[in-house]
Amino acid sequence: MPRLFDQPHPYPGKLIVVEGIDGSGKSTQLQLLQKWLLNAKFRVFFTEWNSSALVNETIKRGKRKNLLTPTTFSILHATDFADRLAHLIIPPLKAGMIVCADRYVYTAFARDVVRGVHPEWVRNLYGFSVRPDLALYFKVPIDVSLKRILNGRIALKFHEAGMDLGLSDDPKESYRLFQTRILEEYDKIATEYNLTVIDATQSIQKQQSVLRDLAKEMLGHYKPAPFLQKKENVYVA
Amino acid sequence: MSPEKKKTFYGFGLPYIDVEDLRGKLIVIEGTDGVGRSTQIEELKKWLEVKGYGVATTGWTRSPLLGKAIEEAKSGHTLNVSTFSLLYSADFADRLEHEVIPALRAGFVVLADRYIYTAFARSVVRGADRQWIRNVFGFAIEPDAVFYMRINIEDLIPRVINSQTLQKRYWEEQSGEGMDYWESGMDLRLGEDFYDSFLEYQKAVLKEFDKMTNEFNFSIVDASRSFEETNRDLKHGILRVLEDEDAEEKPRRN
Repeated sequence: MPRLFDQPHPYPGKLIVVEGIDGSGKSTQLQLLQKWLLNAKFRVFFTEWNSSALVNETIKRGKRKNLLTPTTFSILHATDFADRLAHLIIPPLKAGMIVCADRYVYTAFARDVVRGVHPEWVRNLYGFSVRPDLALYFKVPIDVSLKRILNGRIALKFHEAGMDLGLSDDPKESYRLFQTRILEEYDKIATEYNLTVIDATQSIQKQQSVLRDLAKEMLGHYKPAPFLQKKENVYVA
Repeated sequence: MSPEKKKTFYGFGLPYIDVEDLRGKLIVIEGTDGVGRSTQIEELKKWLEVKGYGVATTGWTRSPLLGKAIEEAKSGHTLNVSTFSLLYSADFADRLEHEVIPALRAGFVVLADRYIYTAFARSVVRGADRQWIRNVFGFAIEPDAVFYMRINIEDLIPRVINSQTLQKRYWEEQSGEGMDYWESGMDLRLGEDFYDSFLEYQKAVLKEFDKMTNEFNFSIVDASRSFEETNRDLKHGILRVLEDEDAEEKPRRN
């Protein structure tokens, strides 16, 4: 297993990832992009930053019993991602599809460093992952994202609000402080990994048109395999 | 024991943990499957306790957080090289933070039955990048000594393939396996059956251990000899680690 993240992946498919803090509107934008890709008869495969069966129970139990440290939290999520990469990302890439990922390794780089692990260590931890062909970072000021999130929700979950960091006893205040720190990390990451920054305060349509132009450019030389051009089956997980 | 010689992390470390006050000694016993590490450690623990040292032992994949998850993942045989390596590192991190570090802080001698080197050997044999796996375990504490119980494949085979071990595993431990699936590297498809696979896999693991001897400054203990002879060498080596420190301590008191 060579360290894949350092060089472009060797697969015929394309990997598009969106990143940004909660409430940055990245998921909405990715969904719209998929509609457009599907409409253009591309084969699209969608995947999210969710827990897989492999370590899901362990993470849940660890959270419930408060057994997790920043390091075990980080490794378990990396294990989880490694499993999804092997089952849900690499096969469609090998088959030549366009994989759309809602959140990717940068999410872990930002979140785990805020929780206290070494930035270089966590970057190396994900060294097995493949480099995206297009990585979009939806940049939004903290107050805009907070308004979007807190409007729609009644209660924040313990870890979601970063309550385990002991920033504040008030979930909303803890969440604000936690997200602010994550945003700072994202800004560093965007520079370091040359992520394409999207101004997420703009209107939905405007952002989407920027996205489609970027995708068009990236797909310039992309030719789906003949067997992917036959029918209109849609591969959306 | 002297608190003067400070502990360090092997790599990038745990930024939220202070190693300044880890006063105990971390002694690692390494060696491949079936070489007799666990039996030695049991005996060494008793011996050190009689001498008046507080002793804590730590094993491999016995962490409260992960123990079962690894067994389950293995029994499904769904692991790839990344998930295999990462699950072991999560397990190791859990034990390090919840068992090893607190014990060292309390001034115990920690006898580790395997350490990061086992993970390096197993992962590299399965195709992991050497530097990647070393960095993954960068949060580990540097041991005060590593005793590598070295054995040739010819001497290892009769210890694993003997009626006592094999029968027990097959009939009593309900694993339905005389030879362990993973210790035989069956996931690597190196041979037609358990025996062939075990042979090839253990040869590869031993080769990795040998390569690490210089890299990590292992003290080699010849484990092809009797239990007593091996035990005597281990005791001698451990005493040197502990007494060196005691000797250093004395002049400072005066």
